[in-house]
Amino acid sequence: MIEIAAGMFIVLALFFFISGSIGLLRLPDGYSRLHALTKADNLGFGLLILGLLLLQMDLLIAIKLLLVWLLVMAASAVSAHLIAQRARRQERGLWKP
Amino acid sequence: MEALTSWQILDLLLISALLALAWTAMAAKDLRRAVALFIAFGLLLALTWVRLRAPDIALAEAAIGAGLTGALLLAAASDEPDPVPSGRISAAGVVLTVVSAGLAVVLGWVFVATVQQADSTRLAEEVFANVETTGVSNPVTSVLLNFRAYDTLLELAVLLIAVLGVLALGPARAGYGAPGPVLSLLARRLVPLIILVSGYLLWAGAHAPGGAFQAGALLAAAGVLLRLTGTTNGGLPGDGAFRTLIVAGVAVFLAVGLSLMLAGRPFLGFPVAWAGSLILAIETAATLSIAAILLAAFLAGDPKHAAANRGSKTWQRTHKTQGHANEL
Amino acid sequence: MTLFLSLASAVLMVSLALGLIRAFIGPAIEDRLMSAQLVGTTGAGLALLLGLLLDMPSSIDVALVLALLAAISVVALTRREQSMEPGHD
Repeated sequence: MIEIAAGMFIVLALFFFISGSIGLLRLPDGYSRLHALTKADNLGFGLLILGLLLLQMDLLIAIKLLLVWLLVMAASAVSAHLIAQRARRQERGLWKP
Repeated sequence: MEALTSWQILDLLLISALLALAWTAMAAKDLRRAVALFIAFGLLLALTWVRLRAPDIALAEAAIGAGLTGALLLAAASDEPDPVPSGRISAAGVVLTVVSAGLAVVLGWVFVATVQQADSTRLAEEVFANVETTGVSNPVTSVLLNFRAYDTLLELAVLLIAVLGVLALGPARAGYGAPGPVLSLLARRLVPLIILVSGYLLWAGAHAPGGAFQAGALLAAAGVLLRLTGTTNGGLPGDGAFRTLIVAGVAVFLAVGLSLMLAGRPFLGFPVAWAGSLILAIETAATLSIAAILLAAFLAGDPKHAAANRGSKTWQRTHKTQGHANEL
Repeated sequence: MTLFLSLASAVLMVSLALGLIRAFIGPAIEDRLMSAQLVGTTGAGLALLLGLLLDMPSSIDVALVLALLAAISVVALTRREQSMEPGHD
């Protein structure tokens, strides 16, 4: 039962990861690619952590997994901010793919 | 049947991605692009080590190969104007090509020989048989700091010599400006956490993947983050304390080895009862040394003078002309 | 379960490879920065999956270090030395 739930979370996570990558490839503009990257990948990572939490019922591992999740969220947010600021600074508007 | 194929897909994609990243990083037309690709290559290589069941190396590759080397290359690249390829075949180019080709042949031969002798006795079995006598339970740490402790001592000495070269470059470069709110928040929250994780890796090195090199590299990464967000020396102390830090690793190692000789044992021959504590003491000193040395390399000079140089007229004059060189 | 996890790892690797294509063809440095970020996040996820598959609990530490260092790399790639007014990222 738990394994089925974990499996579902992981499948959802894979869906978001793949759509994030496809978005990075196919979206026309740097700013929109940034959206695809940070939002989709972060959501996918969170769902992956959720699935892995269900599969490993160990307290120490669970705490570490949650810590990794928090860090990846913070890192992605700051990276997205920095990349977007840099793009704006160079005044790259919409650029052709 | 299905499980085998998915491993093959994973391995094939990993190998092609590694090769493609390595090639494009070398062939990139400008240095920043090359460094970005190189950082991605390092991250992927760390993943490959996980795939190959080598978590110690994965930790070291993630900390050193992905994070620190990228930052170091960038700090060096920002001063150099992009090289213009001349199109002529130079003697140095020919020599390099021949040497690289020879190296590739040797590596290929080593690989084939290893695969063919897959069933002979390996050193790893000897190590696993004797791990309990070393005072630690992680076989990698037992090799690094007990069976081959002399090699590790020499590696730390090489690092020390390298930092002497860095110090000879003169004062550290003037640092970065004050960061905006997002970056300063990241630095404030992340640096204590990195220090904590570094201490954890140092401690865990005795019984799990980890150890002095990984912990030291992570600590240096914390210093790099500090420097990038405006702290002049990245948290390094100046002068006397700094010199103590960089020497600490080799000094403690030597002190332990020599006092063991005074006690009648061979150089670095740990008694089984004391081995664990001695190794921990050596690793702690080594962590601090490695962190200080790597950070000094990122600073590209002696941290003592950096703060003093900040407001001087000479510095302002030099950096006005270099301002445009930092564009991508 | 093992079968499912190994399939999931393969799919995640495909996702990573797709994201890397942008690193090769992206016209601007921001595209390559985004690819580096993607390798960091997806790589950390893949490390966690592989750790569970290969029964290596220390791969969580590897994922932790990967996430930390990927962020620092992006910071290193986007900060410029002393060429802007203080108070800007």
